Amino acid sequence: MAGSTVTRAQLSEAVYQEVGLSRNESADLVESVLREISNSLVKGESVKISSFGSFYVREKGQRIGRNPKTGEEVPILPRRVLVFRPSHVLKDRINNTLSGRPNEAGHD
Amino acid sequence: MVKSELIMRLAELNPHLYQRDIERIVSTVFEEISQALARGDRVELRGFGAFSVKRRAARVARNPRTGAAVNVAEKHVPFFKTGKELRLSLNQGSKQ
Repeated sequence: MAGSTVTRAQLSEAVYQEVGLSRNESADLVESVLREISNSLVKGESVKISSFGSFYVREKGQRIGRNPKTGEEVPILPRRVLVFRPSHVLKDRINNTLSGRPNEAGHD
Repeated sequence: MVKSELIMRLAELNPHLYQRDIERIVSTVFEEISQALARGDRVELRGFGAFSVKRRAARVARNPRTGAAVNVAEKHVPFFKTGKELRLSLNQGSKQ
């Protein structure tokens, strides 16, 4: 698979090209988009971005895990995990270019 | 929170900007991430998380109702791994 990695720098550059703001302010805004999404999630609220996907928080109960090295049993405490569910639009876009076909057999 | 609410929140925090510009900023961010994934690139946002694309090999599956074998073509699925900082802040306060 193609190897390059996109980071905040490229996102800020794209915002800079798109809107007439300074590079600094573009970078700050990218940061505040991510911060506002994170804040919502930390409050336990889910975040839905149409044609991209949704992020939601799942509560996981306590379970018994095992240290694979020692075989010792350790309790895994209840915790909250973040789940991303990509939208169909995003899945189809990816499959159209990478697998050369739309994503069939998808459910919502 | 949905995209329009995210835009409203950012507009409140940035009263000097036009709402139209905020909309373009938010759309550009998700559009860039989508384009990167469609190219097969990874998107790494430290502290937040990383998006990548995973390949699912072609396989023979079964129609659970009829039992008939169906060929499922190879596909690529987007994947998100939560960043360390966000993972920790999700669990702060309550337990641990």
